[in-house]
Amino acid sequence: MNFSLFLTELWNARLSLLSGLGDTILISVASVILGSVLGVFVGLAMTYGAKWLRFIVRLYIDFLRGTPVFVLILACFYILSVVGLDLTAFQAGVLALTLFCSSHVGEIVRGALSAIPQGQTEAAKSVGLTFGQTFVYVLLPQALRQILPTWVNTATEIVKASTLLSIIGVVELLLATQQVISRTYLSLEFYLFAGFVYFLLNFVIEQAGRAVERRISIP
Amino acid sequence: MSPILTISGLHKSFGKVEVLKGIDLTMQQGDVVSLIGSSGSGKTTLLRCVNLLEDFEQGSIELAGQSIGYKQDGGQRRRLSEREIARQRAMTGMAFQQFNLFPHMTAIRNVMLGLIKTKKMPKDEARAIAEKWLERVGMGQRRDHYPGQLSGGQQQRVAIARAIAMNPQIMLFDEVTSALDPELVAEVLAVVRDLANEGMTMLLVTHEMRFARDVSSKVVFMHQGRIHEEGTPEQIFGAPKTERLQGFLANSEF
Repeated sequence: MNFSLFLTELWNARLSLLSGLGDTILISVASVILGSVLGVFVGLAMTYGAKWLRFIVRLYIDFLRGTPVFVLILACFYILSVVGLDLTAFQAGVLALTLFCSSHVGEIVRGALSAIPQGQTEAAKSVGLTFGQTFVYVLLPQALRQILPTWVNTATEIVKASTLLSIIGVVELLLATQQVISRTYLSLEFYLFAGFVYFLLNFVIEQAGRAVERRISIP
Repeated sequence: MSPILTISGLHKSFGKVEVLKGIDLTMQQGDVVSLIGSSGSGKTTLLRCVNLLEDFEQGSIELAGQSIGYKQDGGQRRRLSEREIARQRAMTGMAFQQFNLFPHMTAIRNVMLGLIKTKKMPKDEARAIAEKWLERVGMGQRRDHYPGQLSGGQQQRVAIARAIAMNPQIMLFDEVTSALDPELVAEVLAVVRDLANEGMTMLLVTHEMRFARDVSSKVVFMHQGRIHEEGTPEQIFGAPKTERLQGFLANSEF
């Protein structure tokens, strides 16, 4: 391992690597936000929906969770273009990760809502709250606290899954790294470096999650 | 004086099991009525029908002149809208066996929630009322504590304050001391007794026979979904007429 050569090449490649990192972050943030919003609705439908709706949503969750993310990404990229929906590789990738994220978040939300004792809803009703008010002021704040650790875990899963977008040609951090390697032949050094950056990303996410958890914990 | 609560011909089933088989009960303003009976007799279900936590299939409940939960519309029995039902629920205050305080809110926030969201009060006014009632149940010092930081008895007193702060027409107590350690029962019963002495109309399900005898203006003994015997505490506890009630009282602790 030639350390000074690596540093020189790292400096030379800094812009393409940074742009790859930017894409990785952008993909992850977009997928987690979109997937979480969709996931909350999925969880709501699973908990309060009519029987037919629960059945459909259950199929949705099981199908997405039973499919490898890799297959999901390929499907969004290749199949959708066949039916005339032309997405860029970036859009198709974000779509795949969003769907993946929503199925996980949906399951988490459902679990958290059903873990809240029935008495909470009854107490809220007995002071005259409507269903909407009960959800917003009583159920959701309790559910969110419970969801947080698992949700942070899902976010780190998404960051890791974003590497799979390199297959369909999205130049995120992994593909950017591979392009540098093909130019410099410093494969060990740059793979180690990329691994370290991914670790750092997820480490930051987890620490942030813990900090929030501490802040909102109920005494 | 017209009665504040009139229950007539109330029927309620869970699936095929009929748990209330025609209940008639009238209460005047200021009455304290205790429902006693073995578990499964339907007393808790009856209480939960009054604030519509349970639907009922037949009969009617009238509270302060309003038909609760349903209306007659051209011979058809219709359930009221969710919003209307929510409004009617706020006319009754309910204290639960398991307290059911909102764990993510402090004591005072628990009391304020209904005042702000249902009664649309400004925060300051809601806070003043909540403080007053927490003071009254002896929880003024602990108003900024979370439920998890309070004992069972303290939680139940906050829960009672939360219900009564809404200024309900009637208070419903569902076995409010059953989940408490024996040494905490007295502090909660003292609060309930105070409210009774002040003329609050109350319907309570209880296993505390001595307490029921002390505070009630009327005691109702339920058995298998029907009112089996009712009367003044002296009649019910002093001279029970039916064999069932005699048997029930013999098995109850005094």
